[in-house]
Amino acid sequence: MRVDPATIPASLFRFRPAQREAEQDAGAASPSFWKDAWLRLCRNRAAVVSMALLLFIIAVAFLAPVLAPYDPNTQNIPRENLPPRIPGIQIPGFNGYSSLAGKSVDRYALAGVPDGVNYFFGTDEFGRDLFSRTLYGTRISLVIAFVAAVLDLTIGVVYGLTSAMKGGRTDNIMQRLLEILSGIPGLVLVVLMLLIFSPGLTSIIFALAISSWIPMARMVRAQTLRIKNMEYVLAARALGTSEVRIALSHVLPNIAGIVVVRTMFSIPAAIFFETFLSFIGVGMKVPNASLGTLLNSGYKVFRIYPYQMWIPAVVLCVIMLVFNLFADGLRDALDPRMKEE
Amino acid sequence: MKKRWLRFIVQRLLYMALTLWIIITITFLLMSFLPGTPYNNQDRLTAEQLQMLDQKYGLNQPLFRRYLTYLNNILHGDFGISLQFSDQKVTTLLGSRIGVSMQLGIQAAVFGTVVGVILGTISAMKHNTWIDTFCSLFAILGRSAPNFVVAVLLQFVFAVSLKMLPIGLWEDGFQSTILPTLALSISPMADSARFIRTEMLEVLSSDYIEFARAKGMSEFHLVVFHGLRNAIIPLITILGPITVSLMTGSLVVENIFAVPGIGEQFTKSVLTNDYYTIMAMTILFSALLVVVIFITDILYQIIDPRVRIGGEKA
Repeated sequence: MRVDPATIPASLFRFRPAQREAEQDAGAASPSFWKDAWLRLCRNRAAVVSMALLLFIIAVAFLAPVLAPYDPNTQNIPRENLPPRIPGIQIPGFNGYSSLAGKSVDRYALAGVPDGVNYFFGTDEFGRDLFSRTLYGTRISLVIAFVAAVLDLTIGVVYGLTSAMKGGRTDNIMQRLLEILSGIPGLVLVVLMLLIFSPGLTSIIFALAISSWIPMARMVRAQTLRIKNMEYVLAARALGTSEVRIALSHVLPNIAGIVVVRTMFSIPAAIFFETFLSFIGVGMKVPNASLGTLLNSGYKVFRIYPYQMWIPAVVLCVIMLVFNLFADGLRDALDPRMKEE
Repeated sequence: MKKRWLRFIVQRLLYMALTLWIIITITFLLMSFLPGTPYNNQDRLTAEQLQMLDQKYGLNQPLFRRYLTYLNNILHGDFGISLQFSDQKVTTLLGSRIGVSMQLGIQAAVFGTVVGVILGTISAMKHNTWIDTFCSLFAILGRSAPNFVVAVLLQFVFAVSLKMLPIGLWEDGFQSTILPTLALSISPMADSARFIRTEMLEVLSSDYIEFARAKGMSEFHLVVFHGLRNAIIPLITILGPITVSLMTGSLVVENIFAVPGIGEQFTKSVLTNDYYTIMAMTILFSALLVVVIFITDILYQIIDPRVRIGGEKA
């Protein structure tokens, strides 16, 4: 079918915005990669907000010993299961009242708690302050996640770099090994390991790192293979630079952005795993508070004292959300071309 | 061509067997280092009684001997007996539960992926509008809210407060499956929505779509028959991760809703040191994952001929 362009009515045409080319003044010094990424990050509203929240949460969690009004593990049986009370807030659920036999009752008066004493998040079945426990729990969960992420970063980067730089047979064997290991469901491995080593901070961190370094190793290898054949690497090699030095000072800096992004994504994954394990009862052991143990004990009584479950649940969701949003922003900033996986 | 396929499949099958063998060995070793005994009244047993029990279950033999026996038994389809339920065969125990988990897993995978694909497509079609923001927000919330929190929330709202659906158990037919399925489907939903959105955005900006649009094809026809068909293919690459997240999810979700499936049994067995059942389930989970990876690989070969069979994967 032939159409005479002149007969097409103008209303069918739409403007197509011109594609903006990345233009750079030849004379001006281009900003460094990290500075450029930082600027891009700052332009992303969600990322900036989540970064601020993230810093706030981290600060609060690490200041837990200073901020917590009570010791997180001291029991006070007469004050068990008090609902949250925040002075000045009259919203039901946060004013110390809860229903008893159909009537709203001031639980604090009932338990004989003096007026000036408030439990922001209420107390649990042993009368422990849930606000303090949440602060300490967040701290433990964050520590576990950070250390596990750093560990799996280290293992993954070393494995991936070695495999790609050595190449040939070594690479082949290392990749076959990875293929076999990736057939083991991480969760099952973690549970088995926690059964053998008594559950605690170290064993959880160790188990998490062991089960999550494989994707990192794969990604580092793929990126290294790409960079390894670049001219500047060839130039360095021609100048007699050792392979280790090439890996560390030529390849690593060029894949750092992607590695950082991946690590940021593995932190919320680790937080999820920790809470998950504690929730099913193989993670952190009582009386230590982590977000998972709080959820676990809150779930047992959630039909009677719902706040004991919802508060840690909301805290957990906010932390996960903030980490994910920030990681998303970081990915867009550090590698605009990188596709979502 | 045929020969290469044969080689590829044989090679994969060998890897699968090797993977499973390594998993069996690791599990066996880990289990044999487990502290405590599997007998639930061990405090009341005398040393002599313990010895007799060990002898009955063959636990007094040297490690390597037990390992060989175990391997041999597995090859004959015998996974031992459950130590928690006296003298019930592990295969019978799991066999009666696997159907439930499979049903839940498949329902959740199908529902989650379908809804996720729809959400992702709408998101891409309405790129940079409030609908897109809403869908993306939903996806990131789904990724951030742990499935057990979602499960408890659903249970609280629909079963405890509204009393619309059963609170748990597996006694009301399809009704009982709704809440656990929803809870499980959150993570595949979020994953596939995000994935499809990215793919779709890329596809929709390609020349052939622009050409089809210029020819006057309706937007719906364009997106569904031209866009989605190309965007949906890479979705099979996240089949493996989806399986893993469903397996992980089933452990807590089945517990929360008291569903008599594999996941619930796994947590129970872990808490009661039921060696043989734990081992059988570990092998089962791994076998499932290995098979899914195998299927993904084959599908990928069929769909994307650029991936050279048996070739180097970068």
